[in-house]
Amino acid sequence: MMDTGYNYAYLDEQTKRMIRRAILKAVAIPGYQVPFAGREMPLPYGWGTGGIQVTAAVIGPTDTLKVIDQGADDTTNAVSIRRFFARTAAVATTEKTTEATVIQTRHRIPETPLGEGQMLIYQVPIPEPLRWMEPRETETRKMHALQEYGVMHVKLYEDIAHYGRIATSYNYPVLVNGRYVMAPSPIPKFDNPKMDRMPALQLFGAGREKRIYAIPPYTRVESLDFDDHPFEVQTWDGACALCGATDSYLDEVITDDVGGRMFVCSDSDYCGDRRAAGHVGDQGATAADYVRVTEAGQ
Amino acid sequence: MYVAVKGGEAAIDNAHRLLAEERRGNPDVPDLTVAQIREQMALAVDRVMTEGSLYDRDLAALAIKQAHGDLVEAIFLIRAYRTTLPRLAVTEPIDTDAMRVRRRISATYKDLPGGQVLGPTFDYTHRLLDFALAAEEGADSTGPAPAEAPVERCARVTDLLNDEGLIQGESDPGGPVGDITRAPITYPCDRDLRLQTLARADEGWLLALGYSTQRGYANNHPFAGEIRMGEVTVEIVPEELGFAVPIGEITVTECEMINQFKGSKTAPPQFTRGYGLTFGFGERKAMSMALVDRALRAGDLGEDVVAPAQDQEFVLSHGDNVEASGFVQHLKLPHYVDFQGELVTVRALRAKAEETR
Repeated sequence: MMDTGYNYAYLDEQTKRMIRRAILKAVAIPGYQVPFAGREMPLPYGWGTGGIQVTAAVIGPTDTLKVIDQGADDTTNAVSIRRFFARTAAVATTEKTTEATVIQTRHRIPETPLGEGQMLIYQVPIPEPLRWMEPRETETRKMHALQEYGVMHVKLYEDIAHYGRIATSYNYPVLVNGRYVMAPSPIPKFDNPKMDRMPALQLFGAGREKRIYAIPPYTRVESLDFDDHPFEVQTWDGACALCGATDSYLDEVITDDVGGRMFVCSDSDYCGDRRAAGHVGDQGATAADYVRVTEAGQ
Repeated sequence: MYVAVKGGEAAIDNAHRLLAEERRGNPDVPDLTVAQIREQMALAVDRVMTEGSLYDRDLAALAIKQAHGDLVEAIFLIRAYRTTLPRLAVTEPIDTDAMRVRRRISATYKDLPGGQVLGPTFDYTHRLLDFALAAEEGADSTGPAPAEAPVERCARVTDLLNDEGLIQGESDPGGPVGDITRAPITYPCDRDLRLQTLARADEGWLLALGYSTQRGYANNHPFAGEIRMGEVTVEIVPEELGFAVPIGEITVTECEMINQFKGSKTAPPQFTRGYGLTFGFGERKAMSMALVDRALRAGDLGEDVVAPAQDQEFVLSHGDNVEASGFVQHLKLPHYVDFQGELVTVRALRAKAEETR
């Protein structure tokens, strides 16, 4: 179904062109935040307007779109954004990571490794990694220009001094291509290593803050750390209660009011694939009973 | 067996249906018409047009109806619509000297050319609930409207001061005027972009900041030099014609504040200005905007930037209520992945603290 009355993928062609130019510049300078004339979108600021504008600028009728929020395709905002593009761009949608050519995400990178024909588009709330140390854009732009990242290392060091470890668990700062310190958006640091030399193109859109940045395929992405306090990711003692995975990012689900809790994969597609393949966690249905229900469809 | 809660399309559709029902309220009460909102909630319409930056009374009224009267939501609807519109032409600057004035007051002179015209104002009303308005019928007996004496083209207070050289002159720096809806703002920015941003900014934000300047946070000793409200003609110059043709008329409110200035290393003592302009009748916002505009000129005038209202990045990057409302309310979206990260970290920190106890 395609809504008439608006241009293909909602934005007018001049706006798309402006965004594409910003994207090209961003790809040419990995990790650098390119200002762009972000438009008001029919969804609220802070709800993915940057990612939506980037997606609208790159998507075409032959693409297959996947949208995830917190790793899952069925969270309400992911459903809403997927519907928006199904409606305005008549694009095929999917929940399967491997089938998608364009994946718009909020807060996660899919567990299934991405390939060369794919694009990962992040929704970014605050693109400036130095913002918590220096609120002024005039200052932070200077600091990036001069590659003056001392404050970031001081902040990480202070964590170690206070807590004995780096206490940042998401939006963990990375150094891109050895030059720009970049906010990976609020993905858990668990996902940071996936960004390094990823074969897929990674684009970041911050609508409210009007910034676009990018990591071209196969670009070096290092999480900041110290020699004696190397970067490490979250681990869990248990496994996914549905599919038994021990290598995926787990969400905690409270099951009763007396401390009962279980852990399940945050990546719903990854979990579904595993269950369809016969993996069963300690609270999952047996593979024979498992019926995969998807909403995305065509 | 655990089954994950699905936040699917059906739930969203149902939420929208409930919203529509809420909007309508009790069906025994007649539906509000857009025309009623346009005519009888005119100040709400004015605010939505101003902060939505689109002069269209019918669309603003429709947005207010659709938003259940939530003006920030209505402003968002208008903005999202406006952004899709093609730019057919850029108007000539409106000439507020030639305004058909319905209200014009000055606090700096007892009388002046053109006179003081109170016009339709809440000022000097006693804020007593008028229970006659609550009566369903006969509430419209307002009596005959006073005869309207058309106001002459009236001289501007600041021009009168300028003749004496007592007030800082305003000059057009030339060059094209920026457009914050077509190019991202960068700091520090010039006054054209500052005024545009202030014109779209949330009225409450400007009111509070303007108020702060009166309470000593960047005190500029303001006087309401002139406030005028009325109709101005909008003109464009079509390329094929080469001269200006009027395309319509809009109502605007304009405020020029006169502020004390003791002089600095670079400028002699003289009065300085702050400027405010809104669509429709938006006196509170126009005045607040003028106070904040003046405060933001601190840098240009060589004053120390010491207060929040003087700080460009602080004032301009937080005044847009569509941006602010979206980002504050995005906290409703799921954050359980990040929260899980924090849980893991806090548990680890606590375990370490237990160990070392």
